[in-house]
Amino acid sequence: MRKQTVWTVVLCAAAAVAGVVAQEREIIKISKGERAVLAVPDLRGSGEAQQYMGAFNQTLWGDLDAAGLFNLAPKSLYWLQVPQQPRDFRPEQAASASTGNVRPNGGGLQLSDWASPPVSAGYLAFGYSGVEAGQFVLRGWFYNTGRPLGGAQIFGKTYLEPLGEDGARKVAHEFAADILQQFGSPSLWNTKIYFTSERSRGVKEIWGVDADGSNLKQVTFYKSLSIMPAVSPDGARVAFCSFAHGNPAIQVFSLETGRRLPFYNEVSSLTATPEFTPDGKQILFASSVTGWAQIYIANLDGSGMRRVTNSRSIDMEPKVNPKTGTQIVFISDRGGMPQIYRMSAEGTDVQLLTDGTGEAVNPAWDPDGQHIAFAWTRGYAPGHYNVFVMDVATRAYTQLTHDAGRNEHPSWAPDGRHIVFSSNRSGSEQIWTMLADGNQLKQLTTQGINTQPVWSK
Amino acid sequence: MTKPKISALLLSVSLILFAAGCKKKVPPPPPPPPLAATPTPTPPPPKPALQFSAEPGTIERGQSATLRWSVSDATDISIAPGIGTVTARGERQVSPTDTTTYTLTASGPGGSDTATATVNVTAPPPPPPTPTPVPKKTLSELLSTEVQDALFDYDKSDIRDDARATLTHDAEALKSIFTEIPDAVVQIEGNCDERGSAEYNIGLGDRRATAAKDFLVQLGVPADKLKTVSYGKERPVCTDANEECYQKNRHDHFAAAQ
Repeated sequence: MRKQTVWTVVLCAAAAVAGVVAQEREIIKISKGERAVLAVPDLRGSGEAQQYMGAFNQTLWGDLDAAGLFNLAPKSLYWLQVPQQPRDFRPEQAASASTGNVRPNGGGLQLSDWASPPVSAGYLAFGYSGVEAGQFVLRGWFYNTGRPLGGAQIFGKTYLEPLGEDGARKVAHEFAADILQQFGSPSLWNTKIYFTSERSRGVKEIWGVDADGSNLKQVTFYKSLSIMPAVSPDGARVAFCSFAHGNPAIQVFSLETGRRLPFYNEVSSLTATPEFTPDGKQILFASSVTGWAQIYIANLDGSGMRRVTNSRSIDMEPKVNPKTGTQIVFISDRGGMPQIYRMSAEGTDVQLLTDGTGEAVNPAWDPDGQHIAFAWTRGYAPGHYNVFVMDVATRAYTQLTHDAGRNEHPSWAPDGRHIVFSSNRSGSEQIWTMLADGNQLKQLTTQGINTQPVWSK
Repeated sequence: MTKPKISALLLSVSLILFAAGCKKKVPPPPPPPPLAATPTPTPPPPKPALQFSAEPGTIERGQSATLRWSVSDATDISIAPGIGTVTARGERQVSPTDTTTYTLTASGPGGSDTATATVNVTAPPPPPPTPTPVPKKTLSELLSTEVQDALFDYDKSDIRDDARATLTHDAEALKSIFTEIPDAVVQIEGNCDERGSAEYNIGLGDRRATAAKDFLVQLGVPADKLKTVSYGKERPVCTDANEECYQKNRHDHFAAAQ
């Protein structure tokens, strides 16, 4: 695999010149050259279902395109005769008994015609919709065009949702999710992004939005400063830092009931930067209970508080490795300016990950537990952050944003292929997503001042 | 000389003197004219007689006094200001807001005359004393006028030389404030400029507030009177992207604790 080759090179180089040579190598394998090519022709519906197929086709294409996993062959190259079901294909072997009939939809094309130029697709999604018992029904298939027709089906499935545009979109999301799953990538449909939003001066609340920018909703209504959201691994709770009672303190909020959950804050000048452990059973945070901000871990209600770091510096933003549940990355200014460090869950074996230059903050784990994204001013003046990704084992890093305002607070999507972050490149701080290679930028919010996004399930 | 000769001399001298005197003699005055024949004079009509008083002569503002008057031998009677024509005898309640001299004017065949009566108006007694007879400054006012912000370098919480001077002054001011307002508690608010991250700045602002508190406690300000809070970069005093504004935001501010 190419990724492994890169790391071998990195390790060799690291031995010689401390990894500097390989720093700008590709960290995440998202390159167009290796992508599968999909043909996704517009599907048609019978009767009443046809009026919703515009929304359906737009959603299906959008989800597959946004995944950043494939190259979608342009629709302009497609054959005019689009198959609606498997029997629309003309079998390769002329000897086949049932080939005498005219194929009204497939146009007598073979599946392999979709693999040939000009379409040149490795995969084909097709199907048709209709109305059955008042439901919007899709029969969808996904074929590998490189195989003989008999063994080409990867899956074929029937989807049902309430009749209407919402139901059609939902079916499209489900069909796209099944296709993505074939490539080992979870769909981001219905995943939520929570963030801090300032929509009246001096008041910050937690808001949520779907990964595609829809369903924007306000979560908290404290009319205070509610900042630094963190979401539990099951997506049911959000912890954040609140100034509602004077000094910054942690509050935990149920996203299911919309109610505040108990959390005991020790008396201290600050309790901030909460983060759930990957098992969802504990919360890490920074507290100044013994002096300056240090990292602590406690139960979900704040009980059983235990100190993790022990330094004469500011230690904040603890993030536990989601794969191992043991490694913690965090920021500390023990060396001067804030930098990113790694340590064991017990606070031992502290190692500097960044190189000590600039200010490195906002670390966030890739779901694979191998990479972190973070914001760094390396090579720029104070305040000019860019999003970087680092392989934690080798400390090789790559810069994802370049010369486009201030870019901070990266957080990985559950698919490990997308990153949400905040940027003021549009003139004000807003929430953006991109692929983990820095491509396919998309702005999710436009109103207010929005920062500190965190991508949830 | 003989006696007749002397007599003759005297006579001649008298004559000469007489003759000289006759030359300047004025004509005798004419006889006085006869007195005109006037009728027997009747006694002239008497001038009006006035009596005019104000009782009481001194009132508080808002109270009233009574004007009384009695006039004889008059046909036109009026009182000014503000009353006008009145009858020969009467009384009238007045409530002037300021000291006023009323003038009674009466005229009749025998002439006219005036009389005055003054109503002195005094201010009402002052309202009962307010709860704070001496206007005291509030804790917030004292802090804003007597205690200055301490400024910091970027990403630092060290007390700079200028902050050292500021805080030394602030220590005395705070001690004086705590003497004046014994139950006062002051909150030291650590703030940062917008360039650092929001998260780290919460920690940095906390350290700035703590640094100032430690310094003040060393100078004898009671520690239990000082609270600290960090606002990070959440409460900027300005939002311009230049060093002047950044410096303003890198500060410890002193406020009344809630």
